[in-house]
Amino acid sequence: MADRSRAARQAGTTVLVLVFAFLYVPIAVLVALSFNEGGLPTVWSGFSVKWYVSLASNRDILSAALNTLIVAVASTVISTLLGTLLAIGVEIRRRRGGALEALVFAPMIIPDIVLAVALLSFFSMLDLTMGLHTIVLAHVVFNLAFVCAVVRARLKSFDWSITEASADLGASAFTTFRRVTLPVILPAVVAGALLALTLSVDEFIIAFFTAGAGRSSTTLPMQIYSMIRFGITPEINALATIVMAVSVIALAISQRLNRGMVGR
Amino acid sequence: MTTRPVLDIDSVVKRFGTLTAVDGVTLSIRENEFFALLGPSGCGKTTLLRMLAGFETPNGGRIMLDGADVSRVPPNRRPVNLMFQSYALFPHMSVRANIAYGLEMERKSATEIRSRVDEMLSTTQLAALADRKPDQLSGGQKQRVALARALVKRPRVLLLDEPLGALDKKLRGEMQIELKRLQHEVGITFIVVTHDQEEALVMADRMAVLKDGRLLQCDTPHEVYEHPADAFVAGFIGVMNFCAGSTVGAGIKAGDGSTIAGDLPDGLTAGSAALAAVRPERIALFPSPGVVNRTTGTVEALAYHGLDMQLHLRTPLAEKAFLVRVTADTADRRPLKVGDAVEIGWAASDTRIFRN
Repeated sequence: MADRSRAARQAGTTVLVLVFAFLYVPIAVLVALSFNEGGLPTVWSGFSVKWYVSLASNRDILSAALNTLIVAVASTVISTLLGTLLAIGVEIRRRRGGALEALVFAPMIIPDIVLAVALLSFFSMLDLTMGLHTIVLAHVVFNLAFVCAVVRARLKSFDWSITEASADLGASAFTTFRRVTLPVILPAVVAGALLALTLSVDEFIIAFFTAGAGRSSTTLPMQIYSMIRFGITPEINALATIVMAVSVIALAISQRLNRGMVGR
Repeated sequence: MTTRPVLDIDSVVKRFGTLTAVDGVTLSIRENEFFALLGPSGCGKTTLLRMLAGFETPNGGRIMLDGADVSRVPPNRRPVNLMFQSYALFPHMSVRANIAYGLEMERKSATEIRSRVDEMLSTTQLAALADRKPDQLSGGQKQRVALARALVKRPRVLLLDEPLGALDKKLRGEMQIELKRLQHEVGITFIVVTHDQEEALVMADRMAVLKDGRLLQCDTPHEVYEHPADAFVAGFIGVMNFCAGSTVGAGIKAGDGSTIAGDLPDGLTAGSAALAAVRPERIALFPSPGVVNRTTGTVEALAYHGLDMQLHLRTPLAEKAFLVRVTADTADRRPLKVGDAVEIGWAASDTRIFRN
């Protein structure tokens, strides 16, 4: 009896290890190879940070990184602002019996490629010159939905009577928002912003479609894609490692903030 | 006590879709009064309170504060404050910041805010907790913070929505007295919404009983208890024994043919359907020969309450068992057990007769 349960437990552990290996070994290999001394992408020949150093002097990569930063920050700021207000508006409407929810979350569910084509056609129809600004607009479209979703989740447990209390004590609607509503939902707003930042940093398809021609609006994922067509180099591994590190850190902070809120 | 009205509620109506939550209520609330709005859930008392605070706008009628129509004035511009049932404390602010908030909205100077908040903290015995956050407080402490936050603004009228609803029974008893003391000390008109008739009886100077959005009676607790306006009020406030029948010259004829003597209300003619009612504490066991209303009942249950004993008596007068309160004294002298037959009686002046 005891033997059987031990055997079952060992089998379970093995499966678990295999699953995690499947998930994380490729990433671990990528990170390890980014510190590889030699130029061959798959043969280990000693530890070095030289690929990171060479990244720093690659003008194409630096300009792509700057573009990604601009797109990510701009779309995060806009979508956080609008997404938070949208979440509050939708929640108030829902409390009054209006239905708007599904419409708000559509951009989260629609396949990226569909959204990308739709936005490309839309921008062409408007005769917009494509560039970083169109990528920003496109990223706002889906980031808005994600920020809204995160803030909505917090608002579900929000005690609206505190906004009435604030009005009762003499505050205007704006003062109530600034001094009561926003501080209480702030962890969710920050979490939503970090999520938006993460999504924007590594987004490829939509940026690729809405960037227009020319190097001036190439983002990091697009840069990596164009480099990889000539083979995987340790430089790409190093770049991918940096992108991943940024995303993981932002996501970890975001989740932590979310958890803190639920705990309270 | 002065009798100048602070608040005049004049034929106020509030509808939500097809539902009429408040249906033509007229009330006048006096300066420094402790006033209770009492009724079962859904009677419209909370809607009425929210209209007084400014969170709802009446569909008809007027609300006058110190002679000025405030029916459409938003909550942040009314010299009226509401203590929320859920307390609605700001979770991200300390006790002190919660209390100071309303004064900051009035743009008072920092020194004035500090001194008034300190004063309020000591009045409500919260000084030691000033730096705590709401989630570090007990229910009773939160209740005091909510009260302090509303009172510090020195409103013309303080509205309290089920202020003691979230407290346990013992604490509630203490807070009833505490609220009365505080109201006396600050000299502000209090309007309390409650569904607890005992709470209203204990605290209020005057009370209004509402049902289905209508005002049934507005008077002192003593008057409401002793002379209820109708059978609903009689049954809602305290405990009442009812007996159905039809009116005769000076009382009603009950189902078993016996007559219950009592004064008929105005406008009730002989031969109409009526209810005779009597309070449990007005019924005597083994009544003296002069008592006119008498009957014999069988003890169905005995409930010991320490201070008194409650008897459930099966009588020929009504389908429901009569409730009789016997002092511990009497109960000791005349021990009773289930199944015993007992004679009971009450004076004609203790009978209340209502239209049925």
